[in-house]
Amino acid sequence: MDRNPNLRITDFNEVDLGLSREEVIAEAKRCIQCKKPRCISGCPVGIDIPAFIQAIADEKFQDAADIIKKDNMLPAVCGRVCPQETQCQGECILGKKDLPISIGQLERFVADFERKKGAKCPKCAPATGKKVAVVGSGPAGLACAAELARRGHSVTVFESLHEAGGVLMYGIPAFRMPKDIVQYEIDQVKKLGVEIKTNHIVGRSVSVDELLSYDAVFLGTGAGLPYFMGIPGENLPGVYSANEFLTRVNLMGANKFPENDTPVKVGKKVVVVGGGNVAMDAARVARRMGADVTLMYRRGEADMPARLDEVRHAKEEGVFFMTATNPIAILGENNAVSGVKAIKMELGTPGDDGRCSFYPIEGSEFVVEADVVIEAIGQGPNPLLLRMLPELTRNRNGSVAVNCLGETSIQKVYAGGDVATGAATVILAMGTAKEAAVAIDHMLKK
Amino acid sequence: MGNYTIVQARALSEAVFEMWIHAPQVARHAKAGQFCIIHADGAGERVPLTISGTNGDNIRIAFMAVGTTTKLLATLKTGDELRDVAGPLGMPSDIAEGPETVVIVGGGVGVACTPILAQAAKDAGNYVIGIIGARNRDLLIFEDDMRAICNELYVTTDDGSYGIKGFASGPLKELCESGRKIDKVWIIGPGMMMKVTSEVTRPFGIRTYVSLNPVMVDGTGMCGSCRVTVGGEMKFACVDGPEFDAHEVDWNDLMTRQRMYLSEEKQSMEYHEEHHVCRCRKVE
Repeated sequence: MDRNPNLRITDFNEVDLGLSREEVIAEAKRCIQCKKPRCISGCPVGIDIPAFIQAIADEKFQDAADIIKKDNMLPAVCGRVCPQETQCQGECILGKKDLPISIGQLERFVADFERKKGAKCPKCAPATGKKVAVVGSGPAGLACAAELARRGHSVTVFESLHEAGGVLMYGIPAFRMPKDIVQYEIDQVKKLGVEIKTNHIVGRSVSVDELLSYDAVFLGTGAGLPYFMGIPGENLPGVYSANEFLTRVNLMGANKFPENDTPVKVGKKVVVVGGGNVAMDAARVARRMGADVTLMYRRGEADMPARLDEVRHAKEEGVFFMTATNPIAILGENNAVSGVKAIKMELGTPGDDGRCSFYPIEGSEFVVEADVVIEAIGQGPNPLLLRMLPELTRNRNGSVAVNCLGETSIQKVYAGGDVATGAATVILAMGTAKEAAVAIDHMLKK
Repeated sequence: MGNYTIVQARALSEAVFEMWIHAPQVARHAKAGQFCIIHADGAGERVPLTISGTNGDNIRIAFMAVGTTTKLLATLKTGDELRDVAGPLGMPSDIAEGPETVVIVGGGVGVACTPILAQAAKDAGNYVIGIIGARNRDLLIFEDDMRAICNELYVTTDDGSYGIKGFASGPLKELCESGRKIDKVWIIGPGMMMKVTSEVTRPFGIRTYVSLNPVMVDGTGMCGSCRVTVGGEMKFACVDGPEFDAHEVDWNDLMTRQRMYLSEEKQSMEYHEEHHVCRCRKVE
């Protein structure tokens, strides 16, 4: 149940209020409990989805929570931010003729139920005496740390920022992912005995030698390095990477400036460039701060990589979509942004990835007025630590090369999440991190 | 949460303050040229400040109280705690094993960065010439530190109230023109001072470094706020710098971006004055 768009753009409270107890039970009862459940194969962490749905149908919500938590320590997060339409729900057989089961909503309800009731802590295996260092406390780091702690290993997580949570804290806005819920789920991981050291920058405050002195290392440093388009005018005051814009608001509370000290510029007119979840987040934050927002995307709306819900929410909230349009320069006056010079694109036939090719239409240039431009065109792996590990084999796109076990080219160093896969989703990060944790566990118990 | 206690706080002048902070993970790894991020309290900004020295588990910073955050820091006393200190960040200074002759030029509060750099250069076996300048005698800092480290030290004040009258570029120019062999020059200070002073060494082809101080948020390469143009390329001062080849820096780009939040800074200070915000908010 979404809140009224006119109301919700006046605050940062959660947009989707979730389902009621009666609604989730009714929804769970729609599940036909397939003999060969395809939903599980659609889940990057392999949650036993039919089993937890059955528990909901039986009104055994705690049992449902326990089933989910066997495979996923962050259910309240995943229920909210997973792209279910391309994962579990995309596989749901009911979706062929009718609506698929709202698995994300069910997961979220169960997680919220358990949180409100007070969760019991899953049991950990006896201590193995092995020590593992996890770099980064985002979805990958947390998932890996939780899995290793449950298997009895001593885990230290190093986080460079002053808050744990990575992209869940600095990137995803509170109206989509309330911060108290993120904090609660982080606290659940801590209850497993995981130590999280904030303000610890591996490669700087923690030396590489110190890092490699652990019995195993997991790199979950994410894709934090923002790309810029490389067009004229990008260094004008008023041009932000989405990472910066969102960090200023989500982590530093710039929406409450001057009560909080960190400012952010929004102005009256904002142009956001990009078509992913990050672009939607930036656009919706800017709307909440009172700006008219135009979202510029070089391909068509159907090609946007964002979750369907995010696109819908952004539109409901009055974000103007300008598709098949690409910026070619950012214009300025008096050392401030005045507009974006853009060109219309002709869309071709969809390629192998199902997304349209595109070509600039000569002579179609035009100018959109803007006070602020936010670039949300993607991120690469953060170079800080990777530069300190020159022997680490990298893929062509700069990500860390790993095999199916998450092993890197350095012995006992594993990687997972965006730093290995390239910028992707929270749940994929958690899935790869969990696989790496299992591999680390096997290695340590050899 | 960290326990970043201020082990010593004192005023160096009416507007410039020095602080020693207990931050073991920063102090143990800090090298000349690196900076740390200070986040005084939950509502505060993350501000980058150059590490001016280390002693065991403590680091030294020095700052001028000009904005909301630095004015808050200036009110803190020995024994107070900071919410977060992260670092060391950035690449260390490119100090070669001597014997080289290096000149280290500091202007205004930028002088804070010079003792750690001069010491590192000296320890590497170099002949170290220091030039430190300030607007007037009252604003001059770390003269004693620099005098103890440097083989030669020149002091300038804009108004002639102490040392040589004029800018720090004066003695630098004389050194360059004297024909003495100078291998490297570091210039650290306000943007305009670095821009002007680095022009002195350009005709002599002397390798010259400047330490850039753009606006930052995370300081770890994550946001791009600190992007600068060096040699026509976009660089992030936090991970690629903060030191860059002075003769390749696009100074207008840097200084324009440094001024990006001037109006917000004013608004913030007015807000704090008006609301009498207790600038010793409890560490969360």
